[in-house]
Parts: sequence; C-alpha cells; structure tokens
Amino acid sequence: RLKEIDRSRALNIPGVLAVLTHKDIKGTNRQGVVRKDQPVLVDDKARHYGDPVALVLVENKALLPEALDQVAVFWEPLPPVYDPEEALKEQAPLIHEDHPEGNCLLKGEIVKGLGRDGFSGCTATVRAAFAFSRQEHAYLETENGWAVSNENGFLEMAVSTQTPFRDRAEVAEALGLDQEKIRVIAPCCGGAFGGKDGITVQSLLALGAIHCPGRPVKMYWEREESFLAGCKRHPARLEYRLGAGQDGTFQALEARIIFDTGPYDHLGGAVLTLGLEHAGGPYRVPHVYLQGQVIYTNNPVSGAFRGFGVPQVTGALEQMVDLLAEKMGLSPLEIRRRNALQKGDKNSVGVRLTTSTGLKECLDRVEAHPVWQESLSWQEAARPGTRRGAGLSCVHHAMGYGPVIPDTARAKIELTGEGKFRIYCGVVDMGQGNSDTFLQIAGDLLNQARADLELVLPDTAQTLPSGSASASRTTYTFGQALIKGLQEMKQRLLVKAQTRIKTGRLDELILEPGRIRHTSSGQTLDLRDLALDIRETERIVIHEFKAPVSEERVTPDTRLQLHGLPHLIFSYGVHLVYLEIDELTGRVEVKKYLAINDCGRLINPQLFEQQIQGGIAQGLGYALFEDFKVDQGMTITTGLSTYILPSAMDVPDMEVEALGLPEESGPFGLKGCGELAMDGPLAAVANALAAAVGRRIYESPLTAERVLKALEEGRRKVEFKKMRRTGEENRN
Amino acid sequence: MKIQFYLNNLPRVVDVAADRRVVDLLREDLGLTGTKEACGSGECGACTILVDGQTRLSCLMLAPQLEGRKITTIEGLADGEGLHPLQEAFVQTGAVQCGFCTPGMILAALDFLKDHPDPVREQVREGLSGNLCRCTGYQKIIDAVILAAEKGGRNR
Repeated sequence: RLKEIDRSRALNIPGVLAVLTHKDIKGTNRQGVVRKDQPVLVDDKARHYGDPVALVLVENKALLPEALDQVAVFWEPLPPVYDPEEALKEQAPLIHEDHPEGNCLLKGEIVKGLGRDGFSGCTATVRAAFAFSRQEHAYLETENGWAVSNENGFLEMAVSTQTPFRDRAEVAEALGLDQEKIRVIAPCCGGAFGGKDGITVQSLLALGAIHCPGRPVKMYWEREESFLAGCKRHPARLEYRLGAGQDGTFQALEARIIFDTGPYDHLGGAVLTLGLEHAGGPYRVPHVYLQGQVIYTNNPVSGAFRGFGVPQVTGALEQMVDLLAEKMGLSPLEIRRRNALQKGDKNSVGVRLTTSTGLKECLDRVEAHPVWQESLSWQEAARPGTRRGAGLSCVHHAMGYGPVIPDTARAKIELTGEGKFRIYCGVVDMGQGNSDTFLQIAGDLLNQARADLELVLPDTAQTLPSGSASASRTTYTFGQALIKGLQEMKQRLLVKAQTRIKTGRLDELILEPGRIRHTSSGQTLDLRDLALDIRETERIVIHEFKAPVSEERVTPDTRLQLHGLPHLIFSYGVHLVYLEIDELTGRVEVKKYLAINDCGRLINPQLFEQQIQGGIAQGLGYALFEDFKVDQGMTITTGLSTYILPSAMDVPDMEVEALGLPEESGPFGLKGCGELAMDGPLAAVANALAAAVGRRIYESPLTAERVLKALEEGRRKVEFKKMRRTGEENRN
Repeated sequence: MKIQFYLNNLPRVVDVAADRRVVDLLREDLGLTGTKEACGSGECGACTILVDGQTRLSCLMLAPQLEGRKITTIEGLADGEGLHPLQEAFVQTGAVQCGFCTPGMILAALDFLKDHPDPVREQVREGLSGNLCRCTGYQKIIDAVILAAEKGGRNR
C-alpha cells in the first residue's frame, strides 16, 4: 500500500521539470475499456511490478535515471497472490476490494443440449488438461508518443495506438479534462497486435503535457519497460473432455478454462468470452458444457492479443480431437471432416450459422494437397537421429464486437479543390495495410489513379470515429462504410456533371481519371473544374456502416452478451505442419507449413498472405519458444535475449491459400483474416510432436527441453505401459 | 567532442557528447528517424546501419566510433524519389508490414547481397537472422532479397 511519495530530492536536480503523482490528477485516475480499474498513477496500492507511481519530466533523457532514483516511495507491504486458483480461495487477498466477485473478474457458463449429461451417450471419451504460456506482444515499436498542451488548454497528442477515439475519452475521464479539447493523432504504428488496444502512454503523456504548457512532452518505453508494463496473452489452464459416438461424430464436450488476467481487466472479460465462444471449435457438438473464469492476480497484466482467447482454446481442443481420433482409429483429417460445421448447422454454443462457412471445403482442399498426400511418406523418411511428425489443426475466428457494442465505421470522402479525392481513414493501420486496401477500393470505384488519391490517417480532429483496429473487423466494417460512401460520391458528381454537360441521361456519363466523360458526345468535364463549381460542404460525403450482428441469444447471462457473445460471421482455416526433431537435443525444426483459409473473397491477395504468414509465425513462436516468465510477480524474461522470438531461421516457407468463397455481407465478399492464423500453430505443432515422439506434451511452449524429456521417457522400455498410464492420469 | 565522418556520402562534422549513442545521434540530433530502436541491447537488428559498408548496430555504438568512417542509413539508399532496387523489391513483394524492422532489414540485406550476389533462400534466412520481424513471418522478406538478387544479376 502506498504510504508516501517524497519528491523533494528529485525536484532539486537541475533539469527536472516536474515530479507528478496521483495528487496531481484531477479526474477519476482510472482507465480501462470495460471495467475502469487501472490507475494512471498509483493512489491506493500497487497491484503489480509494472504499475506507474510517479511521472518525472526532465529536460534531457540523460537525467532520467538519477531523477527516478531520487523519488522516494514508501510502501506498506500487503500479501500478494500470484496463482489464479489460489486467488479464488476465500482467504486470498483481494486485488480490488470494490469488485463484487472478489478476484474473479468474470465467470461464464454455457450449456448446450444436455450439457455434461451428453457423455452418457458416448462410445469413446478422452480427457486431458493443458497449461499454456503467457505470450508477449513484442511489437518492434514499443509504446510511445508525444503530447503538447497549449495556453488555451487544448491538448494534442500523437501516439502509437489502435484506438484514438476511445483513448481520447479515457484520457479525458481519467484526468478530468474536456474531451472536446483533446486531439489524438494515430499515425501508422510499428506493430500492435492488440497490445495497443487501450491506454499505454496516453494519460501519462497528457498529464505531463498539461503540467508544462507549450512544451512538447515525449515518452518512449524501453524494451524492458514495455515487457514490464505492457499487456500479454493470458496464460491459461484448460481441462477438456470430448466424447464421440460409434461413427466418430462428436456427442459431448466439456471444457473448464482459467485465464490469469493480472491485476486489471484490460479486456480480460471479453477475451474469456471469445475463448468460450470458440472453445468447441468449428464442429457440430450436440451437448456442451463450458465454464470459464478470468482471474485477478498480482502478475503482469494480460489483455487483448491477436487471437483474443482463441489460440488457447484451439490449442487445447485440437489436441483433444487428435487424441479422440487416435483412440477411435480414425485419421486426424477424417474425424475433422465428419464433424466440420457447415452453413445451417448450429455451432458449439448453439448459434445457427447463416453466413459463409467454408471449413469443409478447406479440409477437402487439404486432403487433395500434396503436403497432406505426402505426409506419411515424408515422416517415414526421417534420417537416423531425427524424428518426423505431421500435425493438423482447424481454426475458426469470429469477426467484430458481438451483439451489444455497436460495430460501426464512418467513412469520409472529399473531392478536393484540385479535383482529387481525399479518403479519411478512421481506423488505425498498425501494419495490416488496411489503409492501402482503402485506397485500392477508392481507386477502383472512383476510377482514379493512385496519385490523385490522398489518405488521411486516423486523427480525432479530421477523421470520424470508426471503432478500434481490432477484432478482425477493420477492413470489413470500414470497407463497407467506404464503398457506400464512394458510390454516393460518384453518383453525386455524375448528377452535378449532368446539369453542366447538359445531357438528359445519367448512364451516359462515366467517371474517368481526373474527369467525367459523356460517352455519346465525347464531351468531358475536368474534376478540377467541377470541384470549383460545387460548394465545399457538398464536396464531402460521409457514410456510416454498422456491421450486422447475430440475433440469437445463447445464454441468459447479460454480461457474456455485453462482452461479445455471440457472433454472426466466422472465418475458417485448416493448418498442416511438418516437424523434424533432433533426438539428441530435442530441437524442433519446422520444415513445412500449409494453411488453407476461408476468409471470403480477397481484395488484396498480398495483404491477405501477409496476415496469414505473419499469424503463423507468431503462432509458431507461441507454440515453440515464447514464454514470458514470471516469478512472484516479477518478470524473469526482461528482454529479447531471454524471451525468444522466431527469427528468419525458425519459420519455414509457408503455403497459404484462400478458398475465395464470397461472404455476401462483406465488402466485395471479404471477411476478416487478421487473427485467424494465430489460432492454429500451437495445436498443429503439438499434434505433430505427439506423432513424432509418441508422447504428448501438455504444457507449452513446446521447448527443446520438454521435447527431450518426452523423448527420453518414451525411449524407456516400458514405453507402451507408460503411455497408457499417463493417459489415465490425464483422465483422472 | 567534435567528430567527422561521411553520412550517406556527405561529409559531416558534429559536436557530440562522447557517450552519445549513435542511434540517438542519428535520430535526435540529425533528424534521421529512419533508423529505429526496438531493444537497445543488440538483439533485434532494427537499428542496423552500415559502417564502411558493413552492418553495425547503432544502439551499441558510441558517436566517437564513427570518426573517419563512411556511414549509410536507410535515408542514403534512395536516389531522390527513385527507390533503391532493394527497396523496390521490398515494395513489390509485400515485404513491409508495420515497417519498423524494414530499414534495418534492408541495410542488412544490402550487406548480405554484396557477399552473396546469387543466394539461395536458406542463405538469405541465415544472413538476416540477426534482424527480427514480428509481422511478416519473413517469407516475403526472403522473396524480396531473392528478387533483388535476380534483378541485380540481370543488370550486371
């Protein structure tokens, strides 16, 4: 508990401009997207090692280490809790005394059909428990920005963020400022993956700026600080039971999921809810019981990260499917095909699928693909000292915010005085290239050259609120708003031209690069001349699009609905990986990767490949190396030398294909592909390893150390007996 | 202290503190923000520059180490509006996503291609293994370097 902060010595250092604490904050001093539980600066107690306590402003960065040292903070120690299951016990210290459910941030339960009673009708059942690691975003550009406050109290900031409009509201509330007097500019950022979906530096920058008006304030987290204070992927413990009938069709599923969210919500409730929605995979299962809890602890903050709860549940479920296939003597592909969801089916949380559902086609295409056809012979051709395995996984990923939070985008298009077009992009481009896709759409529909299109990146003073760059919804939602807006703009210009060219027929006018032409007479009108002739307000078109949502209610729990359950549109995919293991070292080499995807029709195939390839690479890191280690709440992996990211040597060439099946509601038939690929590699790799080693590893990442241990255990003569016993232990 | 060096082919004299890191000198003092810092400890390669044509990590160098050297940063590659063939190849193959690793990646590739004018993919992977990318999965970066090598070969 915070007792006192003595800033006097720090303030005496020449060049130290200010040392700010919670006492300098006029607002609520609380931030958060759903539950506002995270202080800008600690005011009552610190809840993890990454909580900021004081903000020091210096003339020159070189002064910072000494200045920080001279801020004396006095604490009263409180009992901590680091284990999520311990945190649920009655006597556990409370992280937030005001939370009605104690340390359980959110608990969710979903029952379909007979729930657990459905297992009585199963002829084969498998059971297993899994533990998956905490993953660090490790975007190359750490959290940063600058801010300046002018004499009139107007605050301007440019930050690396996925959510400029929401940031503005959060900063205003936390610091007690007028939202109208804050401008947030969000240029292309250097990677985000969910870690910049929410406040990082924004409130601190604003606080600093308003305490030295007229001077720009800059903040740039070092890698170690980003690791310490940035949010992670939730470490997860999962218990699964899956049962099938004689013919290999799934009958019943049970899953219990525990996510450790650290001390703050940071979308943890929404992450759990999406995890629950995907916990049964893209399969038909008549009887389902799902239970999930996301729990407060004193560990680092976990929150939004590409995949959003789905990589964890897919990592577990897809291993269950292989376990069941093995038990029933079916091939991993065949069991998936027998259970794959199709349009019109009810998914595992009971929602009838009414939009494009291409999993079956993905599986068919994998089956016909040489990588699948050759997988057995490839595995058998392992050289002495090595083992080979091939592994499969299916993925599905929902798009958008779900039924309650409006998933809306507003496109703004302007015909400039020079007869060019300006596209005001309301959603952040953090490296997905969505802004490029928007220009591609505009160029196509307006029939204009790239040089005559100008892009305005997200800026609360210029562009319109269009939601976050997240939830695989960016191109879908903003793209639809843009298409409608562009059509309106085109129509408006043709109508304006009609009166000037004096033709009676609109369909004889076409928009060409830089001009409008009348087809029968050959008369043309320069867009520049037209622009000068139209009032400024009429040269702007704004169109709002709200994404469709599911009307179904799969649970009476309004909190799960609020957190996004259920969704209407899903993308699908099938992953297949080849691995080679060095028997001496346990080192795993990924030799080949195939991913067939149903993400609707593609607008920009190159950007699609980037998303899938990048997602696979991040997923391979999650599967094989990435483990953000924490001991008693303190980070052990403080930098990139101990937290291992995949390098160019660790990721193979990937074969990435799309079905191109149109999603009728989407822009040119597209649906989201930003997160989908991240969900698959963990299970595919784990399945391939199990095939190669003959033993399954239930903990991730699947490091050389764990693989070696599994190899050694497998090598013992009692191999078969031991395998059975582990299976039984896992069943108990 | 005063130091002299060539920066992107132009002679420069700067007055800089002896303990100033090269990455700070470039970004903060000289305004060349194309050089990126992503770890500050020599693990990621984002701050790669060329010193006398060889890759060096500017976050691990102090300004005086530049004395008398020829420095190339990403800003020194393009000829006005015309991109360097390697930059062109990165654009063409879609090797850029968030772009933060790109300057370091391109400079590392430039140095690599000098010694390996006709590389196979595995060599490119090894040559660029000191530069981390979190977005692309590397495949299109390898494509770009191979494409640049092929074009370079054709131009010879």
